[in-house]
Amino acid sequence: MNTEDVADITAPSVAYTHRPDFAVIAAWVKPGAKVLDLGCGDGSLICFLRDARNIRGYGVEIDDTNVLACFNNGVNVIQSDLESGLQSFESGSFDYVVLSQTLQAVKNTENIVKEMLRVSKEGIVSFPNFGYWKNRLQVLSGNMPVSEALPYQWFDTPNIHNCTLGDFEEFCSQHGARILERSVMSGNHQITFMPNLLGMLAFYRFEQQK
Amino acid sequence: MQDSDSISIVAPQIARFDTPLHLKSGTALDNYELVYETYGELNAARSNAVLICHALSGNHHLAGFYADNPKSGGWWNNMIGAGKSIDTKKFFVIGVNNLGGCHGSTGPASINAKTGKCYGPDFPVVTVEDWVQTQVRLADYLGIDQFAAVAGGSLGGMQALQWTLDFPERVRHALIIAAAAKLTAQNIAFNDVARQAIITDQDFHGGDYYSHGVVPRRGLRLARMLGHITYLSDDAMAAKFGRELRNGALAFGYDVEFEIESYLRYQGDKFADQFDANTYLLMTKALDYFDPAYQHNNDLSAAFRAAKANYLVLSFTTDWRFSPERSRAIVRALLDNELNVSYAEITSSHGHDSFLMEDRHYHKLVRAYMDNIVI
Repeated sequence: MNTEDVADITAPSVAYTHRPDFAVIAAWVKPGAKVLDLGCGDGSLICFLRDARNIRGYGVEIDDTNVLACFNNGVNVIQSDLESGLQSFESGSFDYVVLSQTLQAVKNTENIVKEMLRVSKEGIVSFPNFGYWKNRLQVLSGNMPVSEALPYQWFDTPNIHNCTLGDFEEFCSQHGARILERSVMSGNHQITFMPNLLGMLAFYRFEQQK
Repeated sequence: MQDSDSISIVAPQIARFDTPLHLKSGTALDNYELVYETYGELNAARSNAVLICHALSGNHHLAGFYADNPKSGGWWNNMIGAGKSIDTKKFFVIGVNNLGGCHGSTGPASINAKTGKCYGPDFPVVTVEDWVQTQVRLADYLGIDQFAAVAGGSLGGMQALQWTLDFPERVRHALIIAAAAKLTAQNIAFNDVARQAIITDQDFHGGDYYSHGVVPRRGLRLARMLGHITYLSDDAMAAKFGRELRNGALAFGYDVEFEIESYLRYQGDKFADQFDANTYLLMTKALDYFDPAYQHNNDLSAAFRAAKANYLVLSFTTDWRFSPERSRAIVRALLDNELNVSYAEITSSHGHDSFLMEDRHYHKLVRAYMDNIVI
Protein backbone atom coordinates (compact mmCIF):
# COMPACT_ATOMS: atom_id res chain seq x y z
CA MET A 1 0.00 0.00 0.00
CA ASN A 2 1.37 3.41 -0.87
CA THR A 3 0.31 6.89 0.12
CA GLU A 4 -1.62 7.42 -3.08
CA ASP A 5 -3.93 4.54 -2.20
CA VAL A 6 -4.69 6.14 1.13
CA ALA A 7 -5.22 9.52 -0.46
CA ASP A 8 -7.73 8.01 -2.84
CA ILE A 9 -10.16 7.39 0.00
CA THR A 10 -10.90 10.86 1.27
CA ALA A 11 -12.08 11.10 4.83
CA PRO A 12 -14.53 13.76 5.84
CA SER A 13 -13.23 15.01 9.15
CA VAL A 14 -14.75 13.22 12.09
CA ALA A 15 -15.85 15.11 15.17
CA TYR A 16 -13.02 14.40 17.60
CA THR A 17 -12.24 17.95 18.60
CA HIS A 18 -11.86 17.08 22.25
CA ARG A 19 -10.67 13.54 22.82
CA PRO A 20 -7.83 13.61 25.35
CA ASP A 21 -8.03 9.80 25.47
CA PHE A 22 -7.15 9.65 21.76
CA ALA A 23 -4.21 11.96 22.39
CA VAL A 24 -2.80 9.56 25.01
CA ILE A 25 -2.93 6.69 22.51
CA ALA A 26 -1.50 8.84 19.71
CA ALA A 27 1.46 9.75 21.92
CA TRP A 28 2.36 6.04 22.14
CA VAL A 29 1.97 5.21 18.46
CA LYS A 30 5.02 5.59 16.22
CA PRO A 31 4.47 7.58 13.01
CA GLY A 32 3.58 5.46 9.99
CA ALA A 33 2.67 2.44 12.11
CA LYS A 34 0.12 -0.19 11.13
CA VAL A 35 -2.71 -0.14 13.64
CA LEU A 36 -5.72 -2.37 14.24
CA ASP A 37 -8.53 -0.82 16.29
CA LEU A 38 -10.85 -3.38 17.85
CA GLY A 39 -14.40 -2.18 18.35
CA CYS A 40 -13.55 0.87 16.30
CA GLY A 41 -17.02 2.47 16.40
CA ASP A 42 -17.33 5.10 13.68
CA GLY A 43 -13.60 4.99 13.01
CA SER A 44 -12.81 8.26 14.77
CA LEU A 45 -9.72 6.94 16.59
CA ILE A 46 -8.30 5.69 13.28
CA CYS A 47 -9.02 9.08 11.70
CA PHE A 48 -7.34 10.79 14.65
CA LEU A 49 -4.25 8.57 14.42
CA ARG A 50 -4.18 8.97 10.65
CA ASP A 51 -4.08 12.75 11.04
CA ALA A 52 -1.78 12.82 14.08
CA ARG A 53 0.57 9.92 13.29
CA ASN A 54 0.04 9.11 9.61
CA ILE A 55 -0.81 5.53 10.51
CA ARG A 56 -2.19 2.79 8.27
CA GLY A 57 -5.31 1.73 10.08
CA TYR A 58 -7.95 -0.98 10.02
CA GLY A 59 -10.93 -1.22 12.31
CA VAL A 60 -12.96 -4.17 13.49
CA GLU A 61 -16.59 -3.48 14.29
CA ILE A 62 -19.74 -5.56 14.59
CA ASP A 63 -22.50 -2.94 14.60
CA ASP A 64 -24.09 -2.13 11.21
CA THR A 65 -24.53 1.57 11.96
CA ASN A 66 -20.91 1.92 13.01
CA VAL A 67 -19.69 -0.02 9.98
CA LEU A 68 -21.62 2.37 7.74
CA ALA A 69 -20.14 5.33 9.64
CA CYS A 70 -16.65 3.92 8.99
CA PHE A 71 -17.49 3.68 5.29
CA ASN A 72 -18.63 7.29 5.34
CA ASN A 73 -15.44 8.30 7.16
CA GLY A 74 -13.29 6.47 4.63
CA VAL A 75 -11.92 4.08 7.26
CA ASN A 76 -10.97 0.50 6.41
CA VAL A 77 -13.31 -1.59 8.53
CA ILE A 78 -13.81 -5.34 8.79
CA GLN A 79 -17.22 -6.28 10.10
CA SER A 80 -16.76 -9.10 12.53
CA ASP A 81 -17.41 -10.21 16.09
CA LEU A 82 -14.41 -9.70 18.38
CA GLU A 83 -15.65 -12.47 20.60
CA SER A 84 -14.96 -15.03 17.90
CA GLY A 85 -11.31 -13.98 17.67
CA LEU A 86 -9.19 -12.29 15.04
CA GLN A 87 -8.87 -15.12 12.50
CA SER A 88 -8.81 -12.68 9.60
CA PHE A 89 -5.53 -11.28 10.84
CA GLU A 90 -2.15 -12.87 10.38
CA SER A 91 0.09 -13.29 13.44
CA GLY A 92 2.44 -10.37 13.97
CA SER A 93 0.88 -8.38 11.14
CA PHE A 94 0.34 -5.14 13.08
CA ASP A 95 2.51 -2.75 15.05
CA TYR A 96 -0.29 -1.97 17.49
CA VAL A 97 -3.68 -3.43 18.30
CA VAL A 98 -5.88 -1.00 20.22
CA LEU A 99 -8.84 -1.86 22.41
CA SER A 100 -10.15 1.57 23.34
CA GLN A 101 -12.72 1.55 26.16
CA THR A 102 -13.98 -1.84 25.09
CA LEU A 103 -12.04 -4.28 27.33
CA GLN A 104 -14.68 -4.00 30.06
CA ALA A 105 -17.45 -4.97 27.62
CA VAL A 106 -15.73 -8.04 26.13
CA LYS A 107 -17.06 -11.44 27.25
CA ASN A 108 -13.94 -13.50 26.71
CA THR A 109 -11.32 -11.10 28.06
CA GLU A 110 -8.52 -13.66 28.25
CA ASN A 111 -8.97 -14.69 24.62
CA ILE A 112 -9.06 -11.17 23.25
CA VAL A 113 -5.85 -10.16 25.05
CA LYS A 114 -4.21 -13.37 23.81
CA GLU A 115 -5.36 -12.58 20.25
CA MET A 116 -4.10 -8.99 20.52
CA LEU A 117 -0.65 -10.27 21.43
CA ARG A 118 -0.73 -12.82 18.62
CA VAL A 119 -1.67 -10.33 15.90
CA SER A 120 0.50 -7.43 17.01
CA LYS A 121 3.84 -6.52 18.48
CA GLU A 122 2.15 -4.34 21.08
CA GLY A 123 -1.30 -3.97 22.55
CA ILE A 124 -2.89 -0.78 23.82
CA VAL A 125 -5.97 -0.87 26.02
CA SER A 126 -7.95 1.82 27.76
CA PHE A 127 -10.76 1.23 30.23
CA PRO A 128 -12.68 3.07 32.94
CA ASN A 129 -10.98 2.53 36.30
CA PHE A 130 -13.53 0.95 38.60
CA GLY A 131 -11.32 1.93 41.53
CA TYR A 132 -11.86 5.65 40.83
CA TRP A 133 -12.82 7.35 44.10
CA LYS A 134 -16.24 8.48 42.87
CA ASN A 135 -17.07 4.89 41.91
CA ARG A 136 -15.91 3.66 45.32
CA LEU A 137 -18.00 6.33 47.01
CA GLN A 138 -21.13 5.24 45.16
CA VAL A 139 -20.54 1.59 46.03
CA LEU A 140 -19.95 2.60 49.66
CA SER A 141 -23.22 4.51 49.64
CA GLY A 142 -24.91 1.35 48.42
CA ASN A 143 -25.25 1.86 44.65
CA MET A 144 -23.53 0.68 41.51
CA PRO A 145 -21.50 3.56 40.10
CA VAL A 146 -22.90 5.76 37.35
CA SER A 147 -20.45 8.35 36.08
CA GLU A 148 -18.99 10.07 33.05
CA ALA A 149 -16.77 7.07 32.34
CA LEU A 150 -19.42 4.52 33.36
CA PRO A 151 -22.59 6.14 32.06
CA TYR A 152 -24.91 3.13 32.39
CA GLN A 153 -27.31 1.76 34.97
CA TRP A 154 -26.50 -1.67 36.42
CA PHE A 155 -29.31 -3.28 34.38
CA ASP A 156 -28.44 -1.88 30.96
CA THR A 157 -24.66 -1.67 31.11
CA PRO A 158 -22.61 -3.41 28.43
CA ASN A 159 -19.70 -3.29 30.89
CA ILE A 160 -19.61 -6.81 32.25
CA HIS A 161 -15.93 -7.02 33.18
CA ASN A 162 -15.09 -3.87 35.10
CA CYS A 163 -11.70 -3.78 36.75
CA THR A 164 -9.29 -1.50 38.59
CA LEU A 165 -5.69 -0.61 37.69
CA GLY A 166 -4.50 -3.19 40.20
CA ASP A 167 -6.76 -5.88 38.75
CA PHE A 168 -5.56 -5.27 35.19
CA GLU A 169 -1.89 -5.26 36.17
CA GLU A 170 -2.33 -8.57 37.98
CA PHE A 171 -4.17 -9.96 34.94
CA CYS A 172 -1.26 -8.96 32.70
CA SER A 173 1.33 -10.64 34.88
CA GLN A 174 -0.79 -13.81 34.98
CA HIS A 175 -1.35 -13.83 31.21
CA GLY A 176 2.16 -13.27 29.88
CA ALA A 177 1.69 -9.60 29.03
CA ARG A 178 4.53 -7.26 29.98
CA ILE A 179 3.37 -3.69 30.65
CA LEU A 180 5.53 -1.16 28.80
CA GLU A 181 3.75 2.04 29.71
CA ARG A 182 0.79 3.27 31.73
CA SER A 183 -1.11 6.51 31.63
CA VAL A 184 -3.98 7.49 33.89
CA MET A 185 -6.38 10.34 33.22
CA SER A 186 -9.12 12.19 34.97
CA GLY A 187 -10.89 14.48 32.55
CA ASN A 188 -8.11 16.31 30.74
CA HIS A 189 -5.51 15.73 33.43
CA GLN A 190 -2.80 13.13 33.76
CA ILE A 191 -2.93 11.50 37.18
CA THR A 192 0.34 10.41 38.75
CA PHE A 193 -0.55 10.59 42.47
CA MET A 194 -2.61 7.64 43.75
CA PRO A 195 -3.78 6.71 40.25
CA ASN A 196 -5.93 3.75 41.31
CA LEU A 197 -7.97 6.13 43.45
CA LEU A 198 -7.85 9.38 41.50
CA GLY A 199 -7.73 8.07 37.92
CA MET A 200 -10.92 7.79 35.91
CA LEU A 201 -9.52 6.28 32.70
CA ALA A 202 -6.55 3.91 32.50
CA PHE A 203 -4.31 3.31 29.48
CA TYR A 204 -1.76 0.54 29.09
CA ARG A 205 0.72 -0.35 26.41
CA PHE A 206 1.97 -3.93 26.64
CA GLU A 207 3.76 -6.67 24.76
CA GLN A 208 4.14 -10.43 24.94
CA GLN A 209 6.33 -11.47 27.89
CA LYS A 210 9.59 -12.66 26.40
CA MET B 1 -38.73 1.60 -6.19
CA GLN B 2 -37.90 3.98 -9.00
CA ASP B 3 -36.43 7.36 -8.53
CA SER B 4 -38.24 9.33 -11.22
CA ASP B 5 -35.24 11.41 -12.25
CA SER B 6 -33.06 8.33 -12.70
CA ILE B 7 -35.23 6.65 -15.29
CA SER B 8 -33.45 7.10 -18.54
CA ILE B 9 -33.73 5.72 -21.99
CA VAL B 10 -30.69 3.74 -23.05
CA ALA B 11 -29.64 1.87 -26.15
CA PRO B 12 -27.10 -0.92 -26.53
CA GLN B 13 -23.99 -0.41 -28.65
CA ILE B 14 -21.69 -2.88 -30.34
CA ALA B 15 -17.90 -2.94 -30.41
CA ARG B 16 -16.16 -5.20 -32.89
CA PHE B 17 -12.69 -6.64 -32.27
CA ASP B 18 -10.63 -8.12 -35.09
CA THR B 19 -7.42 -8.91 -33.24
CA PRO B 20 -7.32 -12.62 -32.34
CA LEU B 21 -8.11 -13.30 -28.70
CA HIS B 22 -5.97 -16.03 -27.19
CA LEU B 23 -7.92 -17.91 -24.59
CA LYS B 24 -6.81 -19.69 -21.45
CA SER B 25 -7.87 -22.98 -22.99
CA GLY B 26 -5.18 -22.58 -25.65
CA THR B 27 -7.61 -21.85 -28.46
CA ALA B 28 -8.24 -18.47 -30.03
CA LEU B 29 -11.10 -16.44 -31.43
CA ASP B 30 -10.18 -14.48 -34.56
CA ASN B 31 -12.81 -11.82 -34.07
CA TYR B 32 -15.80 -11.13 -31.89
CA GLU B 33 -18.30 -8.48 -30.94
CA LEU B 34 -19.25 -7.20 -27.51
CA VAL B 35 -22.54 -5.50 -26.84
CA TYR B 36 -22.43 -2.86 -24.13
CA GLU B 37 -24.35 0.05 -22.62
CA THR B 38 -23.12 3.20 -20.93
CA TYR B 39 -24.76 5.50 -18.41
CA GLY B 40 -23.63 8.98 -17.41
CA GLU B 41 -20.81 10.93 -19.01
CA LEU B 42 -17.12 10.14 -19.21
CA ASN B 43 -15.38 13.17 -17.67
CA ALA B 44 -12.59 15.08 -19.38
CA ALA B 45 -9.91 13.40 -17.26
CA ARG B 46 -11.44 10.00 -18.15
CA SER B 47 -11.18 9.14 -14.46
CA ASN B 48 -14.81 8.37 -13.59
CA ALA B 49 -15.42 5.13 -15.47
CA VAL B 50 -16.96 2.21 -13.60
CA LEU B 51 -17.22 -1.24 -15.15
CA ILE B 52 -20.01 -3.50 -13.92
CA CYS B 53 -19.42 -7.20 -14.56
CA HIS B 54 -22.45 -9.45 -14.72
CA ALA B 55 -23.22 -12.78 -13.15
CA LEU B 56 -24.34 -16.08 -14.66
CA SER B 57 -27.61 -14.98 -16.21
CA GLY B 58 -26.96 -11.23 -16.36
CA ASN B 59 -26.11 -9.00 -19.28
CA HIS B 60 -25.08 -5.52 -20.35
CA HIS B 61 -28.46 -3.92 -19.60
CA LEU B 62 -27.74 -2.69 -16.08
CA ALA B 63 -30.08 0.22 -15.78
CA GLY B 64 -32.58 2.41 -17.55
CA PHE B 65 -35.13 1.38 -20.15
CA TYR B 66 -35.30 0.82 -23.87
CA ALA B 67 -37.38 3.38 -25.74
CA ASP B 68 -39.70 0.77 -27.23
CA ASN B 69 -40.28 -1.23 -24.05
CA PRO B 70 -41.34 0.34 -20.73
CA LYS B 71 -40.91 -3.04 -19.00
CA SER B 72 -37.26 -3.35 -20.01
CA GLY B 73 -35.70 -2.16 -16.73
CA GLY B 74 -32.03 -3.04 -16.24
CA TRP B 75 -31.13 -5.83 -13.83
CA TRP B 76 -29.40 -3.45 -11.40
CA ASN B 77 -31.84 -0.56 -11.68
CA ASN B 78 -32.08 -0.37 -7.88
CA MET B 79 -28.32 0.25 -7.61
CA ILE B 80 -27.32 2.23 -10.67
CA GLY B 81 -28.76 5.53 -11.89
CA ALA B 82 -28.80 9.25 -11.28
CA GLY B 83 -28.78 9.80 -7.52
CA LYS B 84 -28.50 6.08 -6.78
CA SER B 85 -25.75 4.23 -4.90
CA ILE B 86 -23.66 3.96 -8.05
CA ASP B 87 -24.49 7.47 -9.15
CA THR B 88 -24.46 8.07 -12.89
CA LYS B 89 -24.27 11.82 -12.20
CA LYS B 90 -20.75 11.17 -10.87
CA PHE B 91 -19.67 8.04 -12.72
CA PHE B 92 -19.58 6.86 -16.30
CA VAL B 93 -20.94 3.35 -15.86
CA ILE B 94 -20.41 0.59 -18.40
CA GLY B 95 -22.25 -2.69 -18.68
CA VAL B 96 -21.00 -5.33 -21.10
CA ASN B 97 -22.43 -8.69 -22.14
CA ASN B 98 -19.67 -11.22 -21.63
CA LEU B 99 -18.13 -13.09 -24.51
CA GLY B 100 -20.05 -16.32 -24.89
CA GLY B 101 -23.23 -14.65 -23.70
CA CYS B 102 -26.59 -14.75 -25.41
CA HIS B 103 -27.66 -11.11 -25.28
CA GLY B 104 -25.78 -9.72 -28.25
CA SER B 105 -22.09 -10.43 -27.68
CA THR B 106 -20.51 -13.17 -29.74
CA GLY B 107 -21.47 -16.52 -28.28
CA PRO B 108 -22.44 -20.08 -29.14
CA ALA B 109 -25.62 -18.93 -30.92
CA SER B 110 -23.71 -16.46 -33.13
CA ILE B 111 -22.78 -17.26 -36.70
CA ASN B 112 -19.23 -18.52 -37.12
CA ALA B 113 -17.90 -16.68 -40.20
CA LYS B 114 -15.72 -19.67 -41.07
CA THR B 115 -18.63 -22.09 -41.40
CA GLY B 116 -21.60 -19.80 -41.95
CA LYS B 117 -23.37 -21.71 -39.17
CA CYS B 118 -23.90 -21.13 -35.46
CA TYR B 119 -20.82 -21.88 -33.34
CA GLY B 120 -22.79 -24.25 -31.14
CA PRO B 121 -20.44 -26.72 -29.46
CA ASP B 122 -17.47 -25.23 -31.36
CA PHE B 123 -17.61 -22.05 -29.32
CA PRO B 124 -14.59 -22.22 -27.00
CA VAL B 125 -14.90 -22.52 -23.25
CA VAL B 126 -14.01 -19.10 -21.88
CA THR B 127 -12.81 -18.21 -18.39
CA VAL B 128 -12.99 -15.24 -16.05
CA GLU B 129 -9.45 -14.30 -17.14
CA ASP B 130 -10.56 -14.36 -20.79
CA TRP B 131 -13.47 -12.09 -19.99
CA VAL B 132 -11.16 -9.63 -18.27
CA GLN B 133 -9.01 -9.59 -21.44
CA THR B 134 -12.04 -8.73 -23.54
CA GLN B 135 -13.11 -6.06 -21.09
CA VAL B 136 -9.65 -4.49 -21.22
CA ARG B 137 -9.99 -4.30 -24.99
CA LEU B 138 -13.37 -2.65 -24.56
CA ALA B 139 -11.77 -0.15 -22.17
CA ASP B 140 -9.10 0.61 -24.78
CA TYR B 141 -11.81 1.00 -27.41
CA LEU B 142 -13.64 3.49 -25.17
CA GLY B 143 -10.41 5.33 -24.31
CA ILE B 144 -10.37 4.39 -20.63
CA ASP B 145 -6.90 3.80 -19.22
CA GLN B 146 -7.98 3.20 -15.68
CA PHE B 147 -11.33 2.42 -14.09
CA ALA B 148 -12.37 4.29 -10.97
CA ALA B 149 -13.98 1.00 -10.02
CA VAL B 150 -14.81 -2.44 -11.32
CA ALA B 151 -17.75 -4.01 -9.55
CA GLY B 152 -19.85 -7.12 -9.65
CA GLY B 153 -21.83 -9.66 -7.69
CA SER B 154 -21.30 -13.41 -7.72
CA LEU B 155 -19.53 -14.36 -10.98
CA GLY B 156 -19.32 -10.60 -11.61
CA GLY B 157 -17.41 -10.21 -8.33
CA MET B 158 -14.95 -12.83 -9.55
CA GLN B 159 -14.29 -10.71 -12.65
CA ALA B 160 -13.78 -7.60 -10.50
CA LEU B 161 -11.29 -9.58 -8.40
CA GLN B 162 -9.46 -10.89 -11.46
CA TRP B 163 -9.19 -7.38 -12.87
CA THR B 164 -7.14 -6.29 -9.87
CA LEU B 165 -4.76 -9.24 -10.33
CA ASP B 166 -4.27 -9.00 -14.09
CA PHE B 167 -4.38 -5.23 -14.53
CA PRO B 168 -3.42 -3.67 -11.19
CA GLU B 169 -2.61 -0.34 -12.85
CA ARG B 170 -5.97 -0.10 -14.55
CA VAL B 171 -8.39 -0.36 -11.63
CA ARG B 172 -8.43 1.81 -8.50
CA HIS B 173 -11.29 0.16 -6.62
CA ALA B 174 -12.90 -3.25 -6.76
CA LEU B 175 -16.34 -4.00 -5.35
CA ILE B 176 -16.56 -7.75 -4.81
CA ILE B 177 -20.08 -8.65 -3.75
CA ALA B 178 -21.42 -12.09 -2.77
CA ALA B 179 -18.46 -13.70 -4.50
CA ALA B 180 -15.73 -16.22 -3.77
CA ALA B 181 -12.11 -16.75 -4.74
CA LYS B 182 -13.08 -20.27 -5.83
CA LEU B 183 -16.10 -22.52 -5.76
CA THR B 184 -16.46 -25.27 -3.22
CA ALA B 185 -16.98 -28.89 -4.28
CA GLN B 186 -20.66 -28.55 -3.36
CA ASN B 187 -20.95 -25.50 -5.58
CA ILE B 188 -19.31 -27.25 -8.54
CA ALA B 189 -21.65 -30.19 -7.90
CA PHE B 190 -24.71 -27.97 -8.28
CA ASN B 191 -23.30 -26.60 -11.53
CA ASP B 192 -22.67 -30.06 -12.87
CA VAL B 193 -26.20 -31.25 -12.13
CA ALA B 194 -27.42 -28.18 -14.04
CA ARG B 195 -25.13 -29.01 -16.95
CA GLN B 196 -26.19 -32.64 -16.94
CA ALA B 197 -29.83 -31.58 -17.11
CA ILE B 198 -29.04 -29.65 -20.30
CA ILE B 199 -26.61 -32.09 -21.92
CA THR B 200 -28.87 -35.13 -21.39
CA ASP B 201 -31.92 -33.36 -22.86
CA GLN B 202 -32.62 -35.19 -26.14
CA ASP B 203 -33.02 -31.84 -27.87
CA PHE B 204 -29.44 -30.85 -26.99
CA HIS B 205 -27.91 -32.61 -30.01
CA GLY B 206 -24.39 -32.28 -28.68
CA GLY B 207 -24.82 -28.52 -28.47
CA ASP B 208 -25.83 -28.19 -32.13
CA TYR B 209 -29.54 -27.86 -31.44
CA TYR B 210 -29.68 -24.68 -33.55
CA SER B 211 -29.34 -26.65 -36.78
CA HIS B 212 -32.11 -28.99 -35.64
CA GLY B 213 -34.47 -26.09 -35.03
CA VAL B 214 -35.03 -27.06 -31.39
CA VAL B 215 -33.80 -25.96 -27.95
CA PRO B 216 -33.07 -28.22 -24.95
CA ARG B 217 -35.83 -26.50 -23.11
CA ARG B 218 -36.50 -29.14 -20.46
CA GLY B 219 -32.84 -29.30 -19.50
CA LEU B 220 -32.42 -25.56 -19.32
CA ARG B 221 -35.60 -25.29 -17.30
CA LEU B 222 -34.40 -27.88 -14.79
CA ALA B 223 -31.00 -26.23 -14.58
CA ARG B 224 -32.62 -22.92 -13.73
CA MET B 225 -34.98 -24.46 -11.20
CA LEU B 226 -32.07 -26.10 -9.40
CA GLY B 227 -30.05 -22.89 -9.53
CA HIS B 228 -32.95 -20.89 -8.22
CA ILE B 229 -33.29 -23.12 -5.16
CA THR B 230 -29.65 -22.52 -4.31
CA TYR B 231 -29.90 -18.75 -4.79
CA LEU B 232 -32.62 -18.46 -2.17
CA SER B 233 -32.38 -19.23 1.51
CA ASP B 234 -34.45 -21.82 3.33
CA ASP B 235 -35.97 -19.01 5.42
CA ALA B 236 -36.81 -16.82 2.44
CA MET B 237 -38.48 -19.72 0.68
CA ALA B 238 -40.41 -20.64 3.81
CA ALA B 239 -41.53 -17.05 4.31
CA LYS B 240 -42.57 -16.57 0.71
CA PHE B 241 -44.19 -19.93 -0.02
CA GLY B 242 -44.31 -22.05 3.11
CA ARG B 243 -46.43 -25.12 2.35
CA GLU B 244 -49.11 -23.10 0.61
CA LEU B 245 -51.17 -25.10 -1.87
CA ARG B 246 -52.28 -23.56 -5.12
CA ASN B 247 -55.77 -24.98 -4.97
CA GLY B 248 -56.12 -25.17 -1.22
CA ALA B 249 -56.22 -28.97 -1.05
CA LEU B 250 -54.03 -31.96 -1.84
CA ALA B 251 -54.68 -33.40 -5.29
CA PHE B 252 -52.84 -36.72 -4.83
CA GLY B 253 -51.11 -36.35 -8.18
CA TYR B 254 -47.91 -35.07 -9.74
CA ASP B 255 -49.03 -31.79 -11.19
CA VAL B 256 -48.31 -28.46 -9.52
CA GLU B 257 -49.70 -28.45 -5.98
CA PHE B 258 -47.43 -26.43 -3.71
CA GLU B 259 -46.86 -22.75 -4.48
CA ILE B 260 -43.11 -23.30 -4.49
CA GLU B 261 -43.51 -25.80 -7.32
CA SER B 262 -45.53 -23.30 -9.28
CA TYR B 263 -42.98 -20.59 -8.68
CA LEU B 264 -40.00 -22.71 -9.70
CA ARG B 265 -41.68 -23.98 -12.84
CA TYR B 266 -42.63 -20.45 -13.79
CA GLN B 267 -39.05 -19.26 -13.26
CA GLY B 268 -37.73 -22.24 -15.22
CA ASP B 269 -40.10 -21.64 -18.13
CA LYS B 270 -39.38 -17.93 -18.25
CA PHE B 271 -35.65 -18.56 -18.27
CA ALA B 272 -35.81 -21.32 -20.88
CA ASP B 273 -37.63 -18.94 -23.22
CA GLN B 274 -34.89 -16.33 -23.18
CA PHE B 275 -31.55 -17.93 -22.38
CA ASP B 276 -29.23 -20.01 -24.52
CA ALA B 277 -28.36 -23.44 -23.13
CA ASN B 278 -24.78 -23.39 -24.44
CA THR B 279 -24.22 -20.02 -22.75
CA TYR B 280 -25.49 -21.52 -19.51
CA LEU B 281 -22.99 -24.37 -19.82
CA LEU B 282 -20.18 -21.96 -20.59
CA MET B 283 -20.96 -19.59 -17.72
CA THR B 284 -21.10 -22.41 -15.16
CA LYS B 285 -17.72 -23.69 -16.38
CA ALA B 286 -16.22 -20.23 -15.97
CA LEU B 287 -17.47 -20.30 -12.38
CA ASP B 288 -16.01 -23.75 -11.74
CA TYR B 289 -12.61 -22.93 -13.23
CA PHE B 290 -12.12 -19.69 -11.34
CA ASP B 291 -9.34 -20.20 -8.80
CA PRO B 292 -6.65 -17.49 -8.87
CA ALA B 293 -4.79 -19.14 -5.98
CA TYR B 294 -4.26 -22.35 -7.94
CA GLN B 295 -1.16 -21.15 -9.76
CA HIS B 296 0.24 -19.89 -6.44
CA ASN B 297 0.23 -23.24 -4.63
CA ASN B 298 -3.30 -22.54 -3.45
CA ASP B 299 -2.05 -19.52 -1.52
CA LEU B 300 -4.62 -16.80 -2.12
CA SER B 301 -2.45 -14.19 -0.39
CA ALA B 302 0.29 -14.88 -2.91
CA ALA B 303 -2.22 -14.40 -5.73
CA PHE B 304 -2.89 -10.85 -4.54
CA ARG B 305 0.78 -9.87 -4.31
CA ALA B 306 0.66 -7.77 -7.47
CA ALA B 307 -2.68 -6.17 -6.59
CA LYS B 308 -2.86 -2.46 -5.81
CA ALA B 309 -6.55 -1.68 -5.77
CA ASN B 310 -8.69 -0.66 -2.84
CA TYR B 311 -11.38 -3.20 -2.10
CA LEU B 312 -14.91 -3.35 -0.86
CA VAL B 313 -15.99 -6.89 -0.05
CA LEU B 314 -19.62 -7.58 0.83
CA SER B 315 -21.39 -10.79 1.78
CA PHE B 316 -24.89 -11.70 2.92
CA THR B 317 -25.65 -13.71 6.05
CA THR B 318 -28.05 -16.21 4.43
CA ASP B 319 -26.06 -16.72 1.22
CA TRP B 320 -25.08 -20.37 1.37
CA ARG B 321 -24.02 -20.65 -2.28
CA PHE B 322 -21.35 -17.93 -1.84
CA SER B 323 -21.18 -17.86 1.93
CA PRO B 324 -19.68 -15.07 4.07
CA GLU B 325 -16.80 -17.45 4.86
CA ARG B 326 -15.78 -17.32 1.17
CA SER B 327 -15.72 -13.52 1.31
CA ARG B 328 -13.75 -13.57 4.57
CA ALA B 329 -11.10 -15.67 2.83
CA ILE B 330 -10.72 -12.89 0.24
CA VAL B 331 -10.52 -10.30 3.03
CA ARG B 332 -7.80 -12.29 4.80
CA ALA B 333 -5.71 -12.43 1.64
CA LEU B 334 -6.14 -8.68 1.09
CA LEU B 335 -5.12 -7.94 4.69
CA ASP B 336 -2.07 -10.15 4.29
CA ASN B 337 -1.03 -7.86 1.46
CA GLU B 338 -1.76 -4.68 3.45
CA LEU B 339 -4.27 -3.55 0.86
CA ASN B 340 -7.06 -1.14 1.67
CA VAL B 341 -10.15 -3.22 2.31
CA SER B 342 -13.51 -2.79 3.95
CA TYR B 343 -15.77 -5.74 4.57
CA ALA B 344 -19.39 -5.84 5.62
CA GLU B 345 -21.54 -8.85 6.29
CA ILE B 346 -25.07 -7.76 5.48
CA THR B 347 -27.99 -9.27 7.35
CA SER B 348 -30.44 -10.39 4.71
CA SER B 349 -32.92 -13.22 4.38
CA HIS B 350 -32.69 -13.54 0.60
CA GLY B 351 -29.71 -15.86 0.23
CA HIS B 352 -27.40 -15.39 -2.75
CA ASP B 353 -30.03 -13.30 -4.56
CA SER B 354 -29.60 -10.62 -1.86
CA PHE B 355 -27.00 -8.87 -3.98
CA LEU B 356 -29.72 -8.01 -6.50
CA MET B 357 -32.31 -6.96 -3.94
CA GLU B 358 -33.30 -3.57 -2.70
CA ASP B 359 -31.88 -3.30 0.82
CA ARG B 360 -31.39 0.05 2.53
CA HIS B 361 -28.29 -0.84 4.51
CA TYR B 362 -26.62 -2.63 1.59
CA HIS B 363 -27.29 0.26 -0.75
CA LYS B 364 -26.12 2.81 1.83
CA LEU B 365 -22.83 0.93 2.21
CA VAL B 366 -22.24 0.91 -1.55
CA ARG B 367 -23.21 4.58 -1.79
CA ALA B 368 -20.85 5.53 1.05
CA TYR B 369 -18.01 3.62 -0.59
CA MET B 370 -18.67 5.06 -4.05
CA ASP B 371 -19.08 8.60 -2.69
CA ASN B 372 -15.56 8.44 -1.24
CA ILE B 373 -13.97 7.46 -4.54
CA VAL B 374 -12.01 10.41 -5.87
CA ILE B 375 -12.46 10.95 -9.58
